[in-house]
Amino acid sequence: MYEHLETAENRDSLKRVVVDPVSRVEGHGKVTLLLDADNKVQQARLHIVEFRGFERFIQGRPYWELPVLVQRLCGICPVSHHLAAAKAIDQLVGVDPENLPVSADKLRRLLHFGQVMQSHALHFFHLSSPDLLFGFESDISKRSVVAVLAEYPEIGVQGVKLRKYGQEVIRMVSGKRIHGTGAIAGGMNKSLSKAERDYLLEDIDQMITWAAGSVALIKKVHCSNLPFYDDFATLRTNYLGLTKPDGGLELYHGGIRAKNEHGETILDHVDYCNYNDYIHEEVRSWTYMKFPYLLSLGQEKGWYRVGPLARINNCDYIDTPLAEAARVEFKAHSGEAMVHATLAFHWTRLIELLHCAESIKDLLNDPDIMGSNLVAQGEKRYEGIGVIEAPRGTLFHHYQVDENDIVTKANLIVSTTSNNMAMNESVRQVAAEYLSGRELTEPLLNNLEVAIRAYDPCLSCATHAVGKMPLQLELIDAEGKLIDKLTKHDDGQIERTYV
Amino acid sequence: MSKTITIDGKIIPFEDGQTIMDAAMAAGVYIPHLCHQPEFTPHGSCKLCTVNVNGRNCTACTFPAIDGQEVLNETQELIDDRKKITQMLFVEGNHFCPSCEKTGNCQLQGVAYHLNMLDNHFPLFYPDRKVDASHTEVMIDHNRCIFCTLCVRASQQKDGKDVFAISGRGIDKHLIVNAQSGLLKDTDLNVTDHACAVCPTGAILIKRTGYQVPIGQRIYDHKQIDQVSLATEQHKHGE
Repeated sequence: MYEHLETAENRDSLKRVVVDPVSRVEGHGKVTLLLDADNKVQQARLHIVEFRGFERFIQGRPYWELPVLVQRLCGICPVSHHLAAAKAIDQLVGVDPENLPVSADKLRRLLHFGQVMQSHALHFFHLSSPDLLFGFESDISKRSVVAVLAEYPEIGVQGVKLRKYGQEVIRMVSGKRIHGTGAIAGGMNKSLSKAERDYLLEDIDQMITWAAGSVALIKKVHCSNLPFYDDFATLRTNYLGLTKPDGGLELYHGGIRAKNEHGETILDHVDYCNYNDYIHEEVRSWTYMKFPYLLSLGQEKGWYRVGPLARINNCDYIDTPLAEAARVEFKAHSGEAMVHATLAFHWTRLIELLHCAESIKDLLNDPDIMGSNLVAQGEKRYEGIGVIEAPRGTLFHHYQVDENDIVTKANLIVSTTSNNMAMNESVRQVAAEYLSGRELTEPLLNNLEVAIRAYDPCLSCATHAVGKMPLQLELIDAEGKLIDKLTKHDDGQIERTYV
Repeated sequence: MSKTITIDGKIIPFEDGQTIMDAAMAAGVYIPHLCHQPEFTPHGSCKLCTVNVNGRNCTACTFPAIDGQEVLNETQELIDDRKKITQMLFVEGNHFCPSCEKTGNCQLQGVAYHLNMLDNHFPLFYPDRKVDASHTEVMIDHNRCIFCTLCVRASQQKDGKDVFAISGRGIDKHLIVNAQSGLLKDTDLNVTDHACAVCPTGAILIKRTGYQVPIGQRIYDHKQIDQVSLATEQHKHGE
């Protein structure tokens, strides 16, 4: 581990390199490196620099606004926030998950599979595939989905269409591709019509085929350079996520399971309503993103990773056949109980993409999604907790309301927050192993971004900010003077400015 | 021979006692409006229905139709003025359509779309206004009140109560309720009152009903406000 690189001792005498903002991630973050005279990294940090604070301004609003208001945290996985909030406000109207009408439960699952599918497709094909197909230090002109479409048109088009399909699932269930409605307290506001169901069924077999193809592609990419892929930014960590009661992969509802680096169980089948007994958050002064950790292991050893790698590592099986076969193959490649390769996030993300496509087909063939019993009602409560597996990992929504139905307190732990420590560790590792002592070059700095990007961080969600994608690097000498500057503009043009 | 006015050159018949708004709507001519509904006494406060009558601007909902009037409605100048009025309504309160439960059913939003309002133009006031959620079934979000007084008139004229009133002047104007405590829970408002269903924005809401109508089935999802207004109000103006 590289904790010693979080804070350097002689910071004032070091050169500062800033990657700001980190590109091809959702939201706005920056990396700072402090280098000594020999270009050795003495300090590396991923800073999340924007802040909006949804937790505060939803106070004073009526609870039924939450699923629609809070989903505005994000334009990529709003459905996850929508559903986590909906699960929480179900409890406020006295409806526990087991009492949700069957049709509403299945429609929410369908909505969520569409969400995870489009988000995973977006991340792999649009954001990460340029790194994986062209190399981490490739020419910057190649590092975009446009270059992928030019050189690998089949893969690029499949990525675009897989994402589009997921968004169409969302649109059919919630009325809009982004920021629809759908889930309300105790259920859903509509079911699928036969025409909507048939429309989605038309292309689902093609989607499953393409999703399976994407798993084969990432396996080939990963295994063709196995030592590097297994080593790059790799961390031996704890993993946390929801699983089904029997340990199967679960994205919508389950108990909390956490395993350590050896695959030994730390927590299992924990009712997420008691999350506060197991997970706490630490604040550090240099970033707006908090650092969650498992209480039983403490701040230093209790941090964990969430997301596709955590879920595939943690689960005992997947309940769709093609994804299960892919999972077994994935686990076998490392020979260890847990796979720790950070770049394996991509592989597991695509296994989940395949799982989503298979699950969508199963649900589309289930008549319950066209049912009419959509809303349940129970006794009012004053506290609600909703937890869901968002594309990027476990997402916690926790609300308290008063007797007038007004939100008095809110706590959100978003997926990216849980990966905060891991992303910082990965940045430090890449900085130490790949940058130290080498001359600064733009492709080299992309290695840092590749490490961050593997986590598919949503910095907007984590800090509730909207990001920009251009990149700016500044090299500042030990006296604080700017000596070099690289700027990547919106159109991908690179400009070097010597000061 | 019946009496007539012209609106943008079109001959519109009317009967004595009708306003320009009555005559226009009965003839299928839409004049944008927010504070007007045919079943209540016209108020003329939102000014959106401002038309030009024989060279002079006045509110169509309060101005009586008189034989031979030449009324201008869809001139660029009037449309621009209406857009500015709507922009001022938006910036003066806190109207956040993306998360508002009234979105898709909101007349303020519908008028803004109709007028092709693409931005706020004016700086937002961000007023600090409270939500009164004290009533078990109805809530007031003062952030969205545009002081149209429809709830005031509906309570008095339809419900036979006197639950709402407008207090203060100018920038301090605000909606109040008829209770010593100032809270809705201490009034005789009932959720079935007309006053609860008449708000053109999301200021007066029936609790726990938000978002129950799916996208695609909301009032303005497929029709603009002029079509909806004519379809629902035209016959009432003819009465």
